[in-house]
Amino acid sequence: METSLNKEQQLQPSIKILSMHPLKFALWLFIVSVVMIFAALTSAYIVRQSEGNWLIFELPNIFLYNTIILVASSVTMHLAYLAAKKDNFKNLKLFMILTAVLSVAFFIGQYEAWGALVDRDVYFVGNPSGSFLYVISGLHAFHLVSGLIFILIMLFSAFKNKVHSKNMVKMEMCTTYWHFLDGLWVYLFIFLLLNH
Amino acid sequence: MSTAAEVNIGQDVQHDEHHDHEQSFISKYIFTTDHKMIGKQFLVTGIMWGIIGVGMSVIFRLQLGFPDMQMEWLRPLLGGWISESGQLDPEFYLALVTMHGTIMVFFVLTAGLSGTFSNYLIPLQVGARDMASGFMNMLSYWFFFISSVVMMTSIFIETGPAAGGWVVYPPLSALPQAIQGSQLGMTLWLVAMVFFIVSMLLGGINYITTVINLRTEGMSFSRLPLTIWSFFLTAVIGLLSFPVLFAAALLLVFDRSFGTSFYLSDIYIGGEALPNMGGSPILYQHLFWFLGHPEVYIVLLPALGITSEVIATNSRKPIFGYRAMIGSMLGITVLSFVVWAHHMFVSGLNPFLGSVFMFLTLIIAIPSAVKVFNYLTTLWKGNIIFTPATLFSIGLVSFFISGGLTGIFLGNSVIDIQLHDTYFVVAHFHLVMGSLSVFGLLAGVYHWFPKMFGRMMDEKLGHIHFWMTFIGVYMIFFPMHYIGIAGFPRRYYSWTNFDAFSAYTDLNMFVSIAAFVTVAAQFLFLFNFFYSMYRGKKAPQNPWRSNTLEWTAPIIPEHGNWPGEIPKVYRWPYDYSKPGAKEDFIPQHIPLSQTPESNLEHEVELAKKEVVGKTADAKSNT
Repeated sequence: METSLNKEQQLQPSIKILSMHPLKFALWLFIVSVVMIFAALTSAYIVRQSEGNWLIFELPNIFLYNTIILVASSVTMHLAYLAAKKDNFKNLKLFMILTAVLSVAFFIGQYEAWGALVDRDVYFVGNPSGSFLYVISGLHAFHLVSGLIFILIMLFSAFKNKVHSKNMVKMEMCTTYWHFLDGLWVYLFIFLLLNH
Repeated sequence: MSTAAEVNIGQDVQHDEHHDHEQSFISKYIFTTDHKMIGKQFLVTGIMWGIIGVGMSVIFRLQLGFPDMQMEWLRPLLGGWISESGQLDPEFYLALVTMHGTIMVFFVLTAGLSGTFSNYLIPLQVGARDMASGFMNMLSYWFFFISSVVMMTSIFIETGPAAGGWVVYPPLSALPQAIQGSQLGMTLWLVAMVFFIVSMLLGGINYITTVINLRTEGMSFSRLPLTIWSFFLTAVIGLLSFPVLFAAALLLVFDRSFGTSFYLSDIYIGGEALPNMGGSPILYQHLFWFLGHPEVYIVLLPALGITSEVIATNSRKPIFGYRAMIGSMLGITVLSFVVWAHHMFVSGLNPFLGSVFMFLTLIIAIPSAVKVFNYLTTLWKGNIIFTPATLFSIGLVSFFISGGLTGIFLGNSVIDIQLHDTYFVVAHFHLVMGSLSVFGLLAGVYHWFPKMFGRMMDEKLGHIHFWMTFIGVYMIFFPMHYIGIAGFPRRYYSWTNFDAFSAYTDLNMFVSIAAFVTVAAQFLFLFNFFYSMYRGKKAPQNPWRSNTLEWTAPIIPEHGNWPGEIPKVYRWPYDYSKPGAKEDFIPQHIPLSQTPESNLEHEVELAKKEVVGKTADAKSNT
């Protein structure tokens, strides 16, 4: 059994060829597939919009506040990542908790935004202009849930002292994924702002 | 079943020199993380689906060839789908063609072909111990399995499976009141497809990661076997296009179940207006075909890759134009994403846009022709060994030509007005996509069966199987071109009501009989496959005297594939009949410094720089 390889060693030869960890690489590929879903939805949005019969309404301001909250969570996430790199465990936990709290705030904010849409008589069922908004923001929120679960897992392992400068692969993946989800929302928000 | 425990088992067994590892039945055969077993799971599930999908075609070919036939004898199987007067239920006919398409395209030729061979061959041919993530790989199979169960369930419900054609265009598929097949069956179809997409994405991410990150030392991209190139590009196409189908399906789910109007507008049913306003059914077509067309190449490329390998090995010649092959596959990959609207020429598309898509579509003829040329020139003056795999590969090239040529007709937006949705289209894609890929699949099974099961398949039966299938396929699909040019539309339950088509009664009967004979021939394969698995002749380590790495592994590789070190790679995989060499093949793991007699000028230089590691087995296998 002494020759047995664990997962890390098994992936050794790869590291000589390419400096990227296979799991990190897989995460990037997953991100590509998520990009494709939203590329499909937003281009469907444009195609459908160009056909006319398109309800025009003001985006609720709350979407802007939510965007700011989410960008802030990206900042705290990055601070947590830097803290982990420097083995500053106190800050790591603090910023991870902050990130989780901010993302929950974002969820509540998105829910409020849906409420604000309903107040403007924009419903999920009705003109596709509104339906698209619900689907796009809903699907993004759905992906954000997976990101939040990832953060909670990392938070959990941070409390078990498993996240440190020598064990950063998962932490890096978590940071990448969270930044991606934030960037995705910023894109979607600007897209909706320009095309609503 | 605790998945966590399975992961640990998966990780524990990935070690170097430890053969007699005790595994429970469940972790070895069911929730396995070993890429070889997962490949076999995909293969067997694919074969099961193949039997069902082909069986359905037999039933609707009965209807088409013999429209007045009494089908009372099918009642034990189909029950209420046979009407009082002993005829096939028209709505069930639609369900049959829909399910035949769905099953063959997705479950057999996507999961069964690239699921099997990508899983089985990628780690073995690039020199890796397993996929990048065995756990994700296991999930990929089990998501496919769930998808299969859901799709299978839909066949047995009272209102029948989805019946709107395999493309499930709304509004037909979106309105449960339109036909029976748009009720629960359609919902289950969508659910099954969502699981299927998840499965393909999990698999695809793994394939790409493994090819890029886990190649053995020396296995540069320019030394990859063409099989791996094709699986790699297939996975890239899948990764980019399946999410779009997911988006399309998601919006359709909302339209069906939540009352939104993404695809629905101004519809009257039974004189009553539906509340849906502002949707666009054409939008669905765009989204669907953005997957749908790349899907053709997801089905096609693995078959072409397998053919490259089989033809080079059995012609005992290096593949002609290795780089041109890669280039043309890259070209096909890129082009596959910019031609989707050629499926929509008659949907009211702007004619100018139609011309653009026509132009892009016809460009695909170039890389395709390059590939055909390279296959033929590889075969040219080779010492061809006619194994069943070679025959099926040559048959594949034949379909690529005959089916590809009709693609040039259909790609023309003007000619398409006449030919759209006729049997000409059916003939075209059954030859170039259906039969071609099935032949690729069969060639792959015949070629890698010894590696998969350690035994040989019966060669004589394989030859009979090939000739019956090859002739049969042409007998079935050639006449369909004529029926199509005459304007007969596809998906019609019955054509006896139209005088114009009564001249084709005999031809349709002929096609049906040819289909039955061809299907019967597949039982030879099934028998050969399952019989040889247990009773076949024991296989030697390298039965085809092939160059690629999988044949350096033990006859039945354990977990981790190679006992001891992974072989290093020193040359490309097509050193067949190299002038001066002792044998007519030099496997990839043989260093150039060991073959001074056959080295070319630049290789002499390379051989000097070569650092030969302590790959003991490299020498023992020479």
